[in-house]
Amino acid sequence: MIPNIDIIHFIILATIIFTIGVSGIFMNRKNLLNMLMSIELVFLAVNINMVAFSAYNQDLLGQIFAIFILVITGAEAAIGIAILIVYYNLRSKLDINLKPKMQG
Amino acid sequence: MLFSTFLFYQFAIFLIISAFFVVLSRNTVTSAMFLIFAFVNASALFLMIGAEFLAMLFIIVYVGAIAILFLFVVMMLDVDKKRQYNVRKYLPILSLISAIFITQIYIIAVSSLEPTKYLKKGYFFLSHYKINNEISNSKAIGDILYTDFFLQFQLVGLILFVAMIGAIVLTLKEKDKFKKVQIISDQVARKKKDSVEIVQVGSGKGVDV
Repeated sequence: MIPNIDIIHFIILATIIFTIGVSGIFMNRKNLLNMLMSIELVFLAVNINMVAFSAYNQDLLGQIFAIFILVITGAEAAIGIAILIVYYNLRSKLDINLKPKMQG
Repeated sequence: MLFSTFLFYQFAIFLIISAFFVVLSRNTVTSAMFLIFAFVNASALFLMIGAEFLAMLFIIVYVGAIAILFLFVVMMLDVDKKRQYNVRKYLPILSLISAIFITQIYIIAVSSLEPTKYLKKGYFFLSHYKINNEISNSKAIGDILYTDFFLQFQLVGLILFVAMIGAIVLTLKEKDKFKKVQIISDQVARKKKDSVEIVQVGSGKGVDV
């Protein structure tokens, strides 16, 4: 634990990063890759919360759960990039504009 | 101001600034680089509050695997350099939602999460995985993860396996090339002396293949 730093500082930090990530998902509609990076930022915010609570309550359970979240993040990145490559082969751009050619 | 407090603020401010640049940077390679910088700062914060194993794991997994994966994809796909932003269109509603969200979390945190109060009442000590400062962090995590959470650990491995299969199936081009076909007559007509040879190997000598 850091002296003079409460858990509230960590909560505010994680909230700011979470908000930046969610805003990035909405703002980067032109690029699927940047949307994936914004999702990584959201996961980072969740992990910061987990580890901060684990450290400040002297309880190891949060760090165990953070490892599981890390694994889910890796799986999500792999699947997301695979979908991105398939999308790029179909449309030859990364724009998430759903107007044209949505069939079925 | 204590030096560690100063370090916390420095890492936190770097983290927020690099998160901003991940979202706002015009070049995709630049935002991948800022993503790496954000993860390094986050792992520095984890080191400061005593989660050493997770800090190292963050650097290995995020910087070594995920961010490099993003960089590979950027270089493979040749994404167009100029990115058009409609920030101005989304900016009012986004800033409003962000302000409301941060204010709500701040009010909840300040009003109900005073740590000393909770520590006295013992609300957070329902679980019995207390941090023992005499052994190292990685040893403590290993003690719990491979005993009490063994089922969850294996399920997480299964999730990674399914993700790997999904990524391969999605991006495989020639699907007929890898199809296994059984030829029953060949399989039945196989003899032992055609396929297996038993060799006695002396020590220090190789085998002629």
